Amino acid sequence: MAAKLLGFCEELRGEGVAVGTSEILDAFAALGEVGWTSRADFREALATTIAKSQDDRRVFELLFDRYFFRSAEAEAVQRGVTEHAEGGPPAGDGERFDMDELSDAIREAIAAGDEDAMRDLARLAIAAFGRAEGSGVVGVDVQRIRRTLGLTAGAQPPTEEGGERPPIDRDQLTGFERHLRRELERDLIERTETLPPSRPLAELDRALPTSPTQDLAAVHRAVSQMKRRLATLGHEQRGRKKGQHVDVRRTMRASLETGGVPLRLRYRPKRPRRPEIYVLCDVSTSVTSASVFFLSVLHALHDSFRKLRSFVFIERISEVTDVFEHERDFAVIAQKISSEGGVADVSGYTDYGRVWLEFLTEISEELDPRSTVIVLGDARTNGREPHAEVFGQIAEKAGRLFWLNPEPKLYWNYGDSVMAAYERYCDGAFECWTTKHLENFVNVVAGAAPAAE
Amino acid sequence: MAEGSVAEVKQSLAQVGYLADEPAALVSFLAQKLGKPVLVEGPAGVGKTELAKALSRASGRELVRLQCYEGLDEAKAMYEWNYRKQLLRIQAGGEAGWEDVQDDIFSSDFLLERPLMQAIASPEPVVLLIDEIDKTDQEFEAMLLELLSDFQITIPELGRIEATTMPIVVLTSNDSRELTEALKRRCLYLWLDYPELEREMEIVRLHAPDISETLARKLVEVIRMVRALDLKKPPSIAESIDWARTLLLLGAEDIDRKTFTQSMSIIVKHRTDIDLVAERVGVKLADPLRTEG
Repeated sequence: MAAKLLGFCEELRGEGVAVGTSEILDAFAALGEVGWTSRADFREALATTIAKSQDDRRVFELLFDRYFFRSAEAEAVQRGVTEHAEGGPPAGDGERFDMDELSDAIREAIAAGDEDAMRDLARLAIAAFGRAEGSGVVGVDVQRIRRTLGLTAGAQPPTEEGGERPPIDRDQLTGFERHLRRELERDLIERTETLPPSRPLAELDRALPTSPTQDLAAVHRAVSQMKRRLATLGHEQRGRKKGQHVDVRRTMRASLETGGVPLRLRYRPKRPRRPEIYVLCDVSTSVTSASVFFLSVLHALHDSFRKLRSFVFIERISEVTDVFEHERDFAVIAQKISSEGGVADVSGYTDYGRVWLEFLTEISEELDPRSTVIVLGDARTNGREPHAEVFGQIAEKAGRLFWLNPEPKLYWNYGDSVMAAYERYCDGAFECWTTKHLENFVNVVAGAAPAAE
Repeated sequence: MAEGSVAEVKQSLAQVGYLADEPAALVSFLAQKLGKPVLVEGPAGVGKTELAKALSRASGRELVRLQCYEGLDEAKAMYEWNYRKQLLRIQAGGEAGWEDVQDDIFSSDFLLERPLMQAIASPEPVVLLIDEIDKTDQEFEAMLLELLSDFQITIPELGRIEATTMPIVVLTSNDSRELTEALKRRCLYLWLDYPELEREMEIVRLHAPDISETLARKLVEVIRMVRALDLKKPPSIAESIDWARTLLLLGAEDIDRKTFTQSMSIIVKHRTDIDLVAERVGVKLADPLRTEG
């Protein structure tokens, strides 16, 4: 069993869950306390010691079922054990069950949420349904059995005697279907004596739901972390003694050490500077897929920073700080920007060179070494003059300049992308199209090592 | 609390008014058995802090609470030397030699114990609650590591102070930032989510015992409907309970559109949220005027 558990951890690591030796030791210690027989306890004890975040937990759930189900089956195949060899199936073959009775029993189990009973009943149902009638395709059989039993989600028709039956929750029904599916798979493995190949989890299963609103929450989290970092950064480089205020109270207290003679001056701690941030966001068609993400980054930034000015651009640049400050609803913002931004003139193609010129003439006086400029864009100029030297001037005036590119690094500088021309002026250029990248960016800005991909 | 099984822990938590679900009970059980801190994460208002309080009540241990905030430092979390008292001691010392005084003023008499120190030094076992750990910065987390893995604190002048009794440590986080791996590695992890319909009903009825079962069910169903919307601040369990009490005060028999509009501000607390809820949920409820007419 210990080997099984280690194998399971190995598989979790393969899916990107950080399982350390200490976690494994904890898991064994925990299992020593709860007993290995109860499936729910076993699972929870493992989860609480191994999966240390919501994302990890999702992967854990997906793998747990697959791994322990498979390993039990593999052993059975190896030893040549089949359930039929050991005294026949749980219920007599050939004998037809009363479908209504079975259906009622299943309803009860579903209502009570009794997993063990559901599993047993699923086996009964399969036996009753008869192997001969099976199509051999697990998914199809599950639905056939469900229909034969007359199980549907929602309100239930009354029984024949006219008694009321409790409604069945969709989730609960799905739970029962899962049992059916597993038992059918077990059956299939027994007959063919092989295991279906183990597949890595599909990216689809693991990714968090990605509707804009869901993403928004994650983006907000990453940005609020960034806020904390930017707010304290650069604090230590500034002159210490210049322009500081003497803290009289603390000086007096320090003077007590020297009998009331203020030998050492104490200063008031300096407040960390307010970060001034300028964000330029490309909203042209070439970044359509990314612009929802970018806008949500902007949205989150506005929640966190008061001194933030944001601009959107396609051919020309337009300040949208007001829109973000007066409107809270993300959908409305997105709509307003597309209708009132006035950034696309005719072609709808990005003109980076022109954007830099406009930005420089309009804003440059306000840039100073304390300000941070963040550009969100793909650096595709559509063949127009990139004006990299103008960009260089901006970089010179601003304290720091970061570029977030929604394309993978692989595509940079291919086609009309002139990323390299701009990149050398940046304090950092990052690929960024998921919240993970955003967090990575935040980490780098914060001075930590970039997270592993 | 010397329970031998998960079920007993669950029961003893229920006795002090906390209805734990299976994972929560199991983690509480393991925390006591393994002596490991528990990291509880989840949305606001699902009873993370309440779990720690319930553990303290159920085990009869004192609760030591450290509320975290941005800028919290070790002087406020662990210990601080009592300057005034040290000064007084020096001045009142008179002819005593410097050696004596030096030894004396750095003794535990001159130490101001802050929550973490209290929890460690307490002769009785305690429950230590470190609330909203995600509000502090990462440096503070690093400082906690010694405490969480070995239950000890090192004071340069005094040496190491070890816990005489094993505290139950509960850390809560609203998931507003990712905690460091090092911290997570030392903890058991528990994700608390909004409870199932049945369990929330039980909770509501436990805290507002006068409410009828049908009303409680309706209330919880409406709350779940509201939570399903994309709100800035979805209603928490505490708000369900408040709402139940409000409905009792209003003498409401049923939640119809009128009572809902009247009392909606109990569960929804943002202007934009209120509009959204009124628009989406309000209309689904029966209109009293129409049903009467």
